[in-house]
Amino acid sequence: MKILAVCGMGLGTGLLLRMQAEKALRELGIQADLEVADIGTARALASSADLILTSEELAPQLGQVKPKIVTISNFIDLREMVTKLRAAME
Amino acid sequence: MAGGSPVQRHAALSQLLSGNAIRIGAHARDWRAAVRVSGEALVASGATDPAYTDEMIATVEQLGPYIVIAPGIALAHSRPSPAVHRSGISLVTLTTPVAFGHRQNDPVSLVVGLAAPDDDGHVTALATLAEFLADDERRAALMAAPTPEAVRRLIGEYEGGLTT
Repeated sequence: MKILAVCGMGLGTGLLLRMQAEKALRELGIQADLEVADIGTARALASSADLILTSEELAPQLGQVKPKIVTISNFIDLREMVTKLRAAME
Repeated sequence: MAGGSPVQRHAALSQLLSGNAIRIGAHARDWRAAVRVSGEALVASGATDPAYTDEMIATVEQLGPYIVIAPGIALAHSRPSPAVHRSGISLVTLTTPVAFGHRQNDPVSLVVGLAAPDDDGHVTALATLAEFLADDERRAALMAAPTPEAVRRLIGEYEGGLTT
């Protein structure tokens, strides 16, 4: 499966999302490819992803995309990431 | 990695956060002023030109308060630009927390400034900082640190524990 971490600039919050998602997926025992994209390029990449991770603030700016969107509000809380990813995979 | 110095790849947090990039008990009347303090701290450390501070503010104006990454913590940053000389991180604790307009994570009492000339030279430092701040006790100690030296000591001790 392929997960796209979407942030504003491609190097701050998106990196944090990717790091947390890597830890969470390891804990959940799920194999996935993780990619970071800024909001400007995310729409073009969205169709090839199975899941999108982003903030609640940026999610509306993605508009209508095919993959399921999981929004994270605390980017340093591993529990939130694990809980939301687990729920999204069910 | 356009523009990035090879030396900075995977630099440790303590390498990217110099003492003159730390502001303790800053006063800011609103989120713009708070981001400005974090930008000025990056300028003081030699990581950026003042133009980058305006770029950090413009990022929030364009994309909203998504940079408030956790309750009370903002990660002020923009994208690589001519105003960024090298990877750098600044830390600002605020005497009075300010609102960024974030639904869950306001108000903000800690502003982390991030400058990066490329996509990945700051990955290790950012990961260390996120792990450091995820622990409530460490975070409280950081917020209570009386001097920039005390902040650097806390981070140095944490990094030392990671490598042994």
